[in-house]
Amino acid sequence: MSTVTCPECAAEITLEAGTEVGEIIVCSDCGVDLEITALEPAAVQLAPMEQEDWGE
Amino acid sequence: MQRRLKIGVLYSRVRVEEKWIFSALEKRGVDFDRLDDRAIHFDLENPAPWQEYDAVIERSISYNSGLYALRILNAFGVPTVNTAAVAEACGDKLTTSTLLAKASLPQPRNVVAFTPESALEALEELGYPAVVKPVVGSWGRLLAKVNDRDAAEAIFEHKATLGSTQHQVFYVQEYIDKPGRDIRAIVIGDRVLTAMYRKSEHWITNTARGGEGELCPITPEIESICLGAAQAMGGGVLAIDLIEHSDRGYLINEVNHTMEFHTMQPLSGVDVAGEIVEYAMNLAKERAS
Repeated sequence: MSTVTCPECAAEITLEAGTEVGEIIVCSDCGVDLEITALEPAAVQLAPMEQEDWGE
Repeated sequence: MQRRLKIGVLYSRVRVEEKWIFSALEKRGVDFDRLDDRAIHFDLENPAPWQEYDAVIERSISYNSGLYALRILNAFGVPTVNTAAVAEACGDKLTTSTLLAKASLPQPRNVVAFTPESALEALEELGYPAVVKPVVGSWGRLLAKVNDRDAAEAIFEHKATLGSTQHQVFYVQEYIDKPGRDIRAIVIGDRVLTAMYRKSEHWITNTARGGEGELCPITPEIESICLGAAQAMGGGVLAIDLIEHSDRGYLINEVNHTMEFHTMQPLSGVDVAGEIVEYAMNLAKERAS
């Protein structure tokens, strides 16, 4: 099972099966939004901040 | 031998809706590409790489990125879900209201002005409370319920001083005292697929703001008003938001063109993602034939 380290608080996060590149996960320790940028090996970066024109 | 259809899915983030759409495409054995709108570019003199797609499903979170991508794709002759014209009609809430009014469909009263002073005058005529809305925006952001003239003056001054030029369009809507819920219905083509109540104690009932979903029966009246709203926008894959007014019945609050359905799909048991894919496949087949 893949794990990543939160770039904000250094917590170790285990990725769920079926996680995809481009998906947003939330660090369970500090609550920051992280974007999955790679899977083999798994990597994350801080997700972009919400923009004014975002939505549905 | 018949050529295999190719679909593109334009997205910004892989939310659960995009995962379901990818999965629906995979389940049907469709050849498709995932197109991250932050990574793509268009060469306007070279449409060929994009014309390989028989249809593109647009799921961008950014309204601007999605709209411009759709305009280019449509100019290249690539069918899209939805079209650029529909995205523009739905993404700009003032355009939505204008088209609904043109089609004589029921909606809250709206007034528009381009300076704080004229907006204040219009709001005084409309009456309090009222809702000041950004013309572009979603998830209930920057909606302001204005209860009196003091609040209106403050909000208009803030918008004029702090906002971008888009916030200089003062779009004010009659406040509807709804029964702690609104209705969201999903329309695909000429069918109302499913509908749900979005319940909240807060006057903003958006599920992105914590509103809870409950299945809503599709009455002939809901069906008729939703199909009318979809047609007024230009049709396609749309989410229609309705407000219940105690005297005037259902009012159309807004129409969304890249709707989220993470609450709707499990609640209704309707395979919304699959239906979107089927709709895109039909467009693709029409183009390929």
